[in-house]
Amino acid sequence: MNLVLAKTDTGRAADNVFTAARDRLPGAGPVADARAQAFAAYERVGLPHRRIEEWKYTDLRALVRDVLAPADRPDAAALARAKAALAREAAGEAAKLVLVDGAFAPDLSDLAALGEGVSVKPLRDVLENGANPAASDLLLTSVTDPMLSLNAAMVTDGVLVTIADGKTLDRPIQVVHVATASGTAAYTRSHLQLGKGSRATLVESFVGAEGATAYQVNDAVILWIGDGAELSHLRLMTDADDAVNISSAIITAGAKARLNMFNMTGGGVVSRYQGFVTLAGEGTDLSINGINLLKGRQHGDTTLVVDHAVPHCTSRENFRAVVDDRGHSVFQGRIIVRPDAQKTDGKMMTRALLLSDEAEADNKPELEIFADDVSCGHGATSGALDDSLLFYLRARGLSEKEAQALLIQAFLGEAIEQIADDDLRDFVSGKAERWLEARR
Amino acid sequence: MALLEVRDLHVRVEEREILHGLDLTVNPGEVHAIMGPNGSGKSTLSHVIAGKPGYEVTEGQILFRGEDLLAMEPDERAAKGVFLAFQYPVEIPGVATMNFLRTALNAQRKARGEEELDTPSFLKTVREVAKSLNIPQDMLRRGVNVGFSGGEKKRNEVLQMALFQPSLCILDEMDSGLDIDALRIAADGVNALRSPDRAMVVITHYQRLLNYIVPDVVHVMSRGRVVKSGDKELALELEASGYAQFEDAA
Repeated sequence: MNLVLAKTDTGRAADNVFTAARDRLPGAGPVADARAQAFAAYERVGLPHRRIEEWKYTDLRALVRDVLAPADRPDAAALARAKAALAREAAGEAAKLVLVDGAFAPDLSDLAALGEGVSVKPLRDVLENGANPAASDLLLTSVTDPMLSLNAAMVTDGVLVTIADGKTLDRPIQVVHVATASGTAAYTRSHLQLGKGSRATLVESFVGAEGATAYQVNDAVILWIGDGAELSHLRLMTDADDAVNISSAIITAGAKARLNMFNMTGGGVVSRYQGFVTLAGEGTDLSINGINLLKGRQHGDTTLVVDHAVPHCTSRENFRAVVDDRGHSVFQGRIIVRPDAQKTDGKMMTRALLLSDEAEADNKPELEIFADDVSCGHGATSGALDDSLLFYLRARGLSEKEAQALLIQAFLGEAIEQIADDDLRDFVSGKAERWLEARR
Repeated sequence: MALLEVRDLHVRVEEREILHGLDLTVNPGEVHAIMGPNGSGKSTLSHVIAGKPGYEVTEGQILFRGEDLLAMEPDERAAKGVFLAFQYPVEIPGVATMNFLRTALNAQRKARGEEELDTPSFLKTVREVAKSLNIPQDMLRRGVNVGFSGGEKKRNEVLQMALFQPSLCILDEMDSGLDIDALRIAADGVNALRSPDRAMVVITHYQRLLNYIVPDVVHVMSRGRVVKSGDKELALELEASGYAQFEDAA
């Protein structure tokens, strides 16, 4: 048997996709070299499968099978459909930066609303500008992961946002990923840099336009949080019911920063949100929370690595999953405390509510502690709604579905109430309520 | 027509028969006390009337204003006017009492084809009732029964009774875990709800509660049946002589 024959079908498919796409991907020279290296790194593993520990519960080889080609750039009709989808995603007064099928859409974005102290550039422009020697660095990250490597190889566009030192944004920035094409993929990568002492709210939304089916999203976002900066971050994934969404967030925070983050997974047939947070400066507070709302045959994975690299940082993780039908929720949380990171305070709690006998939840909390003066802990539970509470509510006149909805809302509320911003909290509550209403 | 009519009720829980042919007729305006030793089936009766899952009725029927109560879901029974004040009211973290009260009241009204109560009238009613029961406003903002004392939980049950205005109130061991002051406040709340259209079934182990809620009829239950019925004097007699005589009779 030769090596070519030993390759899996999946590996060959991705090989073909990359070979076919590489000439139309933005960037030449060092950028193209970086893509080729990234693809080689991806190919060493291929689509992650259950024998890779980090992907044990989300076997993409079984769940996804194919790597899809990057979508064509959206035409006028696609942009019009994206615009209709955007109207449903308005998060308050947010200034939108819109990516349609993996391409930045300036006409749908509110660039003028951002004002001074904020710069936005499309990633494609930077990659295509051969004069910028640092362009290829935008494809590198400190994290090694096959899907992140695939992202670097295939990426077509994204936004580079820089917020000046001391700047307080008066409106949230909302990066909206809209899929209009079916059967293709969007590979996007965005960088957000918060200057020292700046304050910002970032919302990331993932949606499918009417009629978009069986598409894939592979997104990466790289966040740099300067010393003393404050970031509220909300990610909402409500992609089409048959879409695949693999998103990675690589976050590095300086000293005395405040991060309040929330993820909602409420769409897609297979999804994974993997966050890699490094607390690199002392005195920083991280609160990272989320909810997975899964039904049908949806598979939703939230995987987080919080790396306490320095002393005196606090991290809080609070995750809730509601799983109905044959849904499958995965939560993996790892807290790493480096040898120097004394006085670390890290807590993680994850709870899953199973609404059907066939629903499944896997929780994998891990603590890797190399310092001796720390306070760390984790907890994980999963179970059904409490019958005695259900009966009490029904005896007071609530139907079975109403009683369930009230208890589920209370359950989710424990995570949602961690959102610091009132408007964002209401926005998420509304989304969760609509999900519950659809169950009735 | 009787408000509640229980005929020859046989009930099983996990293959074991708890009620063996129980009969009970309650007319509007009446207050009935059901007394009996532990394990006589008092709480089972209250649960079956309210529709708690896990009980199998093998024989007999329960009619509420002539309608087959056993064919109804628990929420339908509530909307028709059946109210069970729980012996152990549950704590529901994350569901604010006020939100719970409004959701429940509107669900009942909707089921009866009535308009939802507007917010100002709802708030006004709740505040008035809460005040009469000595329930502080901040309790209404907390999760249902979360961090409430035993007395506060029972008062919260009476608050709901006053708000929903049911036609049949079943009070399951309302006195358990209450000191005398808490008992008096709760009993006053119950007495305020006595009316010619409303009936009450007071389930209790001890005669003490009946000093505060004076019944028209007293039934003694033993081993899954009503073994004796009489007027309020029967309760006093029981207090003096105990349940032993009825254990033998059953």
